[in-house]
Amino acid sequence: MDLARFTRVSDYTWRVEPFGRMRVPAVIYASEALMRDMDDKVFEQVTNVAMLPGIVKASYAMPDAHWGYGFPIGGVAAFDPDAGGVVSAGGVGFDISCGVRTLTTGLTLPDVQAVKARLADALYRHVPAGVGSTGNLSLGHDEMDAMLRGGAQWAVARGFGTAADLDRIEEHGRMADAAPGEVSDFAKRRQRDEVGTLGSGNHYLEVQWVSEIYAPRIAEAFGLREGDVVVSIHCGSRGLGHQIGTEFLKAMALAAPGFGITLPDRELACAPIRSELGERYLGAMRAAINCALANRQVITHLARQAFAEVLPDARLELVYDVSHNTCKVETHSVDGVTRRLFVHRKGATRAFGPNHPEVPEVFRPWGQPVLIGGSMGTASYVLAGHEDSEDRAFSSACHGAGRAMSRTQATRQWQGRRLVDDLAAQGILVRSPSLRGVAEEAPGAYKDVAAVVDSADRAGLARKVARLSPLVCIKG
Amino acid sequence: MGARWEHFVHGADIGVRGIAPTLEGAFEQAAIALTAVITDPARVVPRAAVEVRVRAPDAEYLLVDWLNAIVYEMATRHMLFARFSVHIAGDALAATLHGEPVDRVRHEPAVEVKGATYTELKVARLDSGEWLAQCVVDV
Repeated sequence: MDLARFTRVSDYTWRVEPFGRMRVPAVIYASEALMRDMDDKVFEQVTNVAMLPGIVKASYAMPDAHWGYGFPIGGVAAFDPDAGGVVSAGGVGFDISCGVRTLTTGLTLPDVQAVKARLADALYRHVPAGVGSTGNLSLGHDEMDAMLRGGAQWAVARGFGTAADLDRIEEHGRMADAAPGEVSDFAKRRQRDEVGTLGSGNHYLEVQWVSEIYAPRIAEAFGLREGDVVVSIHCGSRGLGHQIGTEFLKAMALAAPGFGITLPDRELACAPIRSELGERYLGAMRAAINCALANRQVITHLARQAFAEVLPDARLELVYDVSHNTCKVETHSVDGVTRRLFVHRKGATRAFGPNHPEVPEVFRPWGQPVLIGGSMGTASYVLAGHEDSEDRAFSSACHGAGRAMSRTQATRQWQGRRLVDDLAAQGILVRSPSLRGVAEEAPGAYKDVAAVVDSADRAGLARKVARLSPLVCIKG
Repeated sequence: MGARWEHFVHGADIGVRGIAPTLEGAFEQAAIALTAVITDPARVVPRAAVEVRVRAPDAEYLLVDWLNAIVYEMATRHMLFARFSVHIAGDALAATLHGEPVDRVRHEPAVEVKGATYTELKVARLDSGEWLAQCVVDV
């Protein structure tokens, strides 16, 4: 990206003053090296978002930003309903409430090394992954609506996990004000037998070990010690979220002129928060958040079953569950004034700092855990919300590495079988139904997640706490 | 050149493009490109047929709705499709999809398509007189 188009505010903060139809500035948080490598489309998209009605303070992009749909992936924007603010289906994305959860196991590296292959096979057997896979649950109409209203709380009530899990999930496992009635029959039909499935693409279940601690006191509060074995799950709201995204994107794009909204890009499809369409989308989107929370909860149950088969002493306990494709109503201080805003995070993780009332009490002195997924074979990171994060970008941080290379380029460069063998030689066991899928997700096709996380840390978005290195990867 | 399809690069995802002498042909080719995101279309045996109908305000919305209709049929029927016959009249499209249930060993499906998007969306007549139909799909 051409850095001459930005004002450099600090080593990790880059600003574009409003021009043309921009209502607010655009701000990107990243190192100079990441900025230079960033797609030009990020500039276009982050400045386009700044044109939307009712946007507050600035349009932000995180260090892992890349070319998305309308919003950049790694985009954050808050809207005020009292100032004509909008809600955007494009600003949430297709995979509504895609997110990451991490669990401790009570085991250490030597406990797992000897049985790693058996564990990988058991997890692959228990957790449905990949195209065409179905879950063991088939939800009828009433049960589907109960799931869409109840989220992880629904799953726990049905025997998938424990009440203690709920204390470690954003929104306590259930997004309020979900409206299953606004979710189309098409979306529900797509989800009927997909509850408890991983999906494909960059979604995974990994067994990892804590390979480095950066902030010992916070790591201890999060229950992480060097050498511990943990499990991380990355997936979202599956077919239901995709269908809701598809339907509302079209409805909002077609309705925009009627609301007097000129869209700089059709993918920025949005509607006023205070409109029937806006409210219908919010209700459906919240139901999809519950779908994602239920999905990760059921997968957690399946992972516990797999561990029980191979390592009966394992105790899988949730560290935290974060979503990174959402729009949530939050209270933020803007220039000393407290305002109720609709914060869109598309490929960005909420990162509430210390003492925030929505952070579980056990984490409150430290800030919420921020879970950053790596790509297959590379490290993942645990961060903690920073006290400056609210002022930086409405308490938000990055969400992952971000792709550096297209799928086509990746399949030209890597061969699935060789990749699986090379990773096995490094001690990382991959189980996947598709070798081509593995090649498309090659670690080298992604940006360096360590550089992304360092930028988030130095920009004051979130504090680096621990690095997690993979042992087993179940890929969809 | 006859009817053909290709993929084009989009940072995180992939673009599907169909080119053919007719609009219908370009839509059919774009659909094959969609299947090729998931698997090699040559591996899919067209042994079962599924009917699809969509309506949209213009040809570009129609392309996105068409591809999304295929995504929906793939997801809910757990099928893959390799042959398509499309008929377009005004704002309405009627089509038959030919394919078979997903066989994870034989098809080795690489990735699920979440939906067709408005990114790089274009339905237009080329200087050669051929039709082009393209957009990026989210995977």
